[in-house]
Amino acid sequence: MTATPAAALLRVRDLKTYFVTEHGRGTARAVDEVSFDLYPGETLGIVGESGCGKTVTSLSILRLVPEPPGHILPGSLIEFEGRNLLALAPPELRSIRGNQIAMIFQEPMTSLNPVFTVGDQIAEAAIIHQRLSRRAARARAIEMLKLVGIPDPEQRVDDYPHQMSGGMRQRVMIAMALICHPKVLIADEPTTALDVTIQAQILELLDRLQHELGMAVLLITHDLGVVAGHTDRVVVMYAGRVVETASTTELFEHPTHPYTEGLLAAVPRVDTPRSRLHAIPGQVPAATAWPTGCRFHPRCPYAWEKCVAQEPPLLDAGGGEGEGGRHTARCWLVTEPERRQAKR
Amino acid sequence: MTAWLLRRLAASVAIIFAVVTFVFILIHLAPGDPCIVGTGEGVPDPAVCRSLIRQFALDQPVLVQYWRYLVELAHGNLGYSFALHRPVWDALVDTMPFTLQLAGAALLIDFGLGLALGIYQAWRLNRLPDVVLGNVTLFVYSLPTFWLGLILLLLFGEKLRLFPVGGASDPVLCPLVDSFYCLADRIWHMVLPAVTLGLVGAAGTARFQRAAMLEVAQQDFVRTARAKGLPERRVVLHHQLRNALLSVITRFGLTLPFLLTGAVLVETIFAWPGMGRLTVDAILRRDYAIVTAAALIASSLVVAGSLIADLLLGFADPRIRVHEDAVVDIVTA
Repeated sequence: MTATPAAALLRVRDLKTYFVTEHGRGTARAVDEVSFDLYPGETLGIVGESGCGKTVTSLSILRLVPEPPGHILPGSLIEFEGRNLLALAPPELRSIRGNQIAMIFQEPMTSLNPVFTVGDQIAEAAIIHQRLSRRAARARAIEMLKLVGIPDPEQRVDDYPHQMSGGMRQRVMIAMALICHPKVLIADEPTTALDVTIQAQILELLDRLQHELGMAVLLITHDLGVVAGHTDRVVVMYAGRVVETASTTELFEHPTHPYTEGLLAAVPRVDTPRSRLHAIPGQVPAATAWPTGCRFHPRCPYAWEKCVAQEPPLLDAGGGEGEGGRHTARCWLVTEPERRQAKR
Repeated sequence: MTAWLLRRLAASVAIIFAVVTFVFILIHLAPGDPCIVGTGEGVPDPAVCRSLIRQFALDQPVLVQYWRYLVELAHGNLGYSFALHRPVWDALVDTMPFTLQLAGAALLIDFGLGLALGIYQAWRLNRLPDVVLGNVTLFVYSLPTFWLGLILLLLFGEKLRLFPVGGASDPVLCPLVDSFYCLADRIWHMVLPAVTLGLVGAAGTARFQRAAMLEVAQQDFVRTARAKGLPERRVVLHHQLRNALLSVITRFGLTLPFLLTGAVLVETIFAWPGMGRLTVDAILRRDYAIVTAAALIASSLVVAGSLIADLLLGFADPRIRVHEDAVVDIVTA
C-alpha cells in the first residue's frame, strides 16, 4: 500500500454511541461524532486516556456494545467494504464478525471460556464461518497455535485456559481471531494486562502476522510507546471526540493539539533528562456532562474565551499531505498559532 | 482422583456415624418409652411391657444400649421394631423404594422444570414471559409444601377427581408393579405427591438458574463468543449455559436433604407408604430402632448426594478436574 490511494476498508463516520444511565441521570455521550478510515494493510492506532471512548468505539464497530443501556444513534455510519454494518440484519452481521472483522480484548484471563478447551474455542469460528468439519477445524486450530508461537500445539490444543499463562492466553485469543483470516483485526488494548516483556512479544507477533496475512489492524491503546513502534497512523481521542489525526511520525514530530502535547510530555524518555514527569492536570470529565466549547479547555494550558464558548472543528494542521494523509487537529490554536508561542 | 475419593468416603462414614450417634441419644433422651406411649391399642399390660423392655435391653443405661447397637450395626443388623414386630431391615426394604421413587420424580420436576424455566427466562430477559414467570415462581417459591399438598389434593383429588387422593397404587388390581398398566397406575398415583414435593423447589431452581445465567452473561468470554460471530442461540445455550450449570450442580447436592425431609410431610398427606411415614409413626411410638435406622439411611443418602454433586462438578468444571484438591475447598467453603 504505497503510492496508490486505496479505498478505505473500513469507514467510520459520525459515530455516536450513547449510554442511557439509570434513573434518568442523563445520557453518557461516550462516543460523539467519531470519524476515521482504516486502509487495507495498515495499522491505525487509537490513543487516549481511560474514559475517552476508545473501547466503546471499537466495540461499536462490531455492534458489541450491550444494548440497553448503550445505543448507536441513527446517522452513524460504519462502512465495511461498502456495506453499512449498522444497517445489517443479525445473520449478515454475524457472517462478518469473527470472519471478516475479528477482535481481541484487553483481558486474556477472562476473555476465554473456562469450561472449553482452547482448541474448541479456536476451532469454533472456523466451523461456523467456513463450514469446516470438527476434525478439519481442529487441524486448523493446531496450525493457528503453531502460527502464534505456542510450543507443542498438538498437546496444548486440548488445554483449558486456566492451564495457560496470560501471554499464552492472549496468543490463543489472537489465534482464535485470525483463524478465518479476517481483513480487519481490532485489538483493544491487547497488552495492557500483560507483563512488559510479554507485551513486546505479543506486539511483535501482531506485527509479524499482519505482515504475513496482510490484514489491517485497529490498535486501541493508551500507551504512546506502543503507538510509536507499531502504528502507521494515529487517531487521538479525548472526551468521546477525535481531537487529532496524523501519521505516526508527523504526530510525534509536530503534535498540535495541547492534549497530544500533554500525552507526549507525560511519556518518560531516556534521551532527555527530566527531573519530574509532566502530568496533564485534572482528569477526563464525566461523559454525562462534557464541558462546553472545546472539551479539553478546563485542562488546557492555552485555553482562552473562544475555547470555552465555541468548539473547534477538526482543522487542517498542515504539514501532513504526505503518506499518512492529512494532519488535523480539533484546536483553535491552529488558527491562532501565536498564542502557543506567547505561552512558552 | 482415587485419593480424593477415599478421603471423601472416609469423611462420609464419619458424618453418618455422627448423625446416627446424635439421633440415637436424642430419641432415648426424649420423654416416654414404648410402654407409656403405647402401640395405639390402649395401655399395654404392664407385665408384658416390662418383659419386652427386658427383652430389648431397654432397661440398660443409654451408653450400654448404644454400644450394643453399634456392635449389631457393624454386623449389618439394624435391629428389631417392637411396634411392627418385624426386623427393621424388612420394614425399610418395603418402604424405601416408595420414597426413592417419590423423591426421584420430585427431583426430576425440580430440576427439569426449574432449569427449563430459568433458561427460558434468561433467553427472554425482561420481556413479558420473563416478567410473568418471575412473579409466578416467586409466588410458588413462597408456598409451604404442606399447604400446597392439601390444596392440590382438594382440587385435583377431591373436586376434579383427576388423581387419586392417596396411596401408591390400586391395592386390588396392582399390588405390585408388574405390568405396563400397573406402571401407569403408579405414575398416576405419584403425580400429586411428586408435584407437591418438586414444584416449590422447581420455582427456586428457576430463579436460581435465571440469576446464574445473567451473572455469566456479564462475563468477558460471552462477548468473545459474540465477537466470533456465533449465533445467539449458541452463545446462550453453549457458552453461557455450561458455566451457569456449575452453580446449579452445587444446588443439586443441597436439594437432596430437603426432598427427604419434605417427603415426610408429603407422604403423610398423601398416605404414601414410604420411609417418611414410617419414620413419623416410629417417632410417635418411640420405636427406637426404626428412627435410628431411618436417620442412618437419610444421612447416607444426603452424604451420597453431596458426593455425587462434587463428582459431577469435577466432571463439569475443568478447573476442578485438574486441581482436585480444589473440590474440598469448594465443599468446605
